[in-house]
Amino acid sequence: MLSQLGDDAKLLAGGQSLIPLMKLRFANPTHLVDLNFIAGMSYVKENDGALRFGPLTRHAEIENSAIVAKVPIVHDCAAGIADVQVRNRGTIGGSLAEADPSGDWAVVLSTLFTQVRCLGKNGERTVELKDFIQDAYTTALAHDELVNEVVVRIPAKGSGGAYLAFKRAAPVYPTASAAVQLTMEGNVCKEAAIALGCVGLTAIKAKDAEAALRGQPITEKTLAAATEAARAAADPQSDMRGSADYKRTLVGALVRRAIDIAVRRARGEQVEVSHIYA
Amino acid sequence: MPDVIAKVAVKVTVNGKLHALDVEPRMLLVEMLREPLDLTGTHVGCDTTYCGACTVLMNGAAVKSCTMFAVQADGAEITTVEGLEKDGQLHPIQKAFGDAYGLQCGYCTPGLMLSTLQLLSKNRQPNEKDMRKAIAGNTCRCTGYQNILKAMQFAAQNMKGA
Repeated sequence: MLSQLGDDAKLLAGGQSLIPLMKLRFANPTHLVDLNFIAGMSYVKENDGALRFGPLTRHAEIENSAIVAKVPIVHDCAAGIADVQVRNRGTIGGSLAEADPSGDWAVVLSTLFTQVRCLGKNGERTVELKDFIQDAYTTALAHDELVNEVVVRIPAKGSGGAYLAFKRAAPVYPTASAAVQLTMEGNVCKEAAIALGCVGLTAIKAKDAEAALRGQPITEKTLAAATEAARAAADPQSDMRGSADYKRTLVGALVRRAIDIAVRRARGEQVEVSHIYA
Repeated sequence: MPDVIAKVAVKVTVNGKLHALDVEPRMLLVEMLREPLDLTGTHVGCDTTYCGACTVLMNGAAVKSCTMFAVQADGAEITTVEGLEKDGQLHPIQKAFGDAYGLQCGYCTPGLMLSTLQLLSKNRQPNEKDMRKAIAGNTCRCTGYQNILKAMQFAAQNMKGA
């Protein structure tokens, strides 16, 4: 159907980004194909050591999923997106396919091994998330493809993560956000994944910040080095949410807090995270 | 683009009553509720998915009706503020908002009451954090929210026996 309708057709998932963009005339599709009436597109499953999400799984279903509770960083993300009403409609597949620079899912899922299964008329192909999101509002999806499933590898025991976003109010996009997933052995960080949100055109992997922690004990010195490296990796724009300098400082502070929570969770502590409001 | 867009048939149950309408595919749910169905208790505040004045329940879940197309409600059950009152009796949530002075101008109130209804239908004994989270998507510019939280507490108490 999409191949027949051509390039200007858009798929409608939860509509919580696309409909506002259409109202602002930033998006002007000639055809909208609503996926909401297709059965079987909404689920959370666990198999082969991975969480599997149907493309139309609402943020609220993920927030309330007992399976997802095992991977706290994913729960942090789902439970913190916008507000109840938006979480009841918005979907994980739609969020990734929209690739909004301020979206939450791409930030969190880029700290985990995530694959996007894309379905087109010639069958299915699997794309790693790092190759799926190419630029702001640009993904590896062809115009006649859709997201068929999102597959997230469950981190090993001894791994802990946290996602923190700083927002002016619940319904708005964050000013900045940070996702941190650490694998710990005692006080030594064996593996680190750190991603920054809303401070670039896509989620930014803070590779130098990861390197500052990898193989190191978590001390004041390594924390400071990781925070500084995260600040340097950010590429923020000044806008109504804050100046570039402000966002850079903010994202460093978020990374530092998220590392603290990730370490505690890696030890098995239950730490409840909620986003921070101005 | 064709000049005349074909209308689409929609069957939707609103406050327990089934309606069959033909609507333009671009019509928003809130426009269908307010115009052909004349249920003007559902308000349009920001029209940008922020303020929550247009909140209604769709199959029991709170949604912003300005951010959905009317055709997407085909086959669904919608509850608007007009559906709260039964047989001339205010719903316990409506009564609580009155008793606690949980409103001033009243513009946001229908949305807040429906967000409260979703919360209380899942959690009969919400704590303050649960309540704050439940109404994070509803903006009130008059009350400062304190009396709204009090109203939500009263509503939870009123509905205990229900």
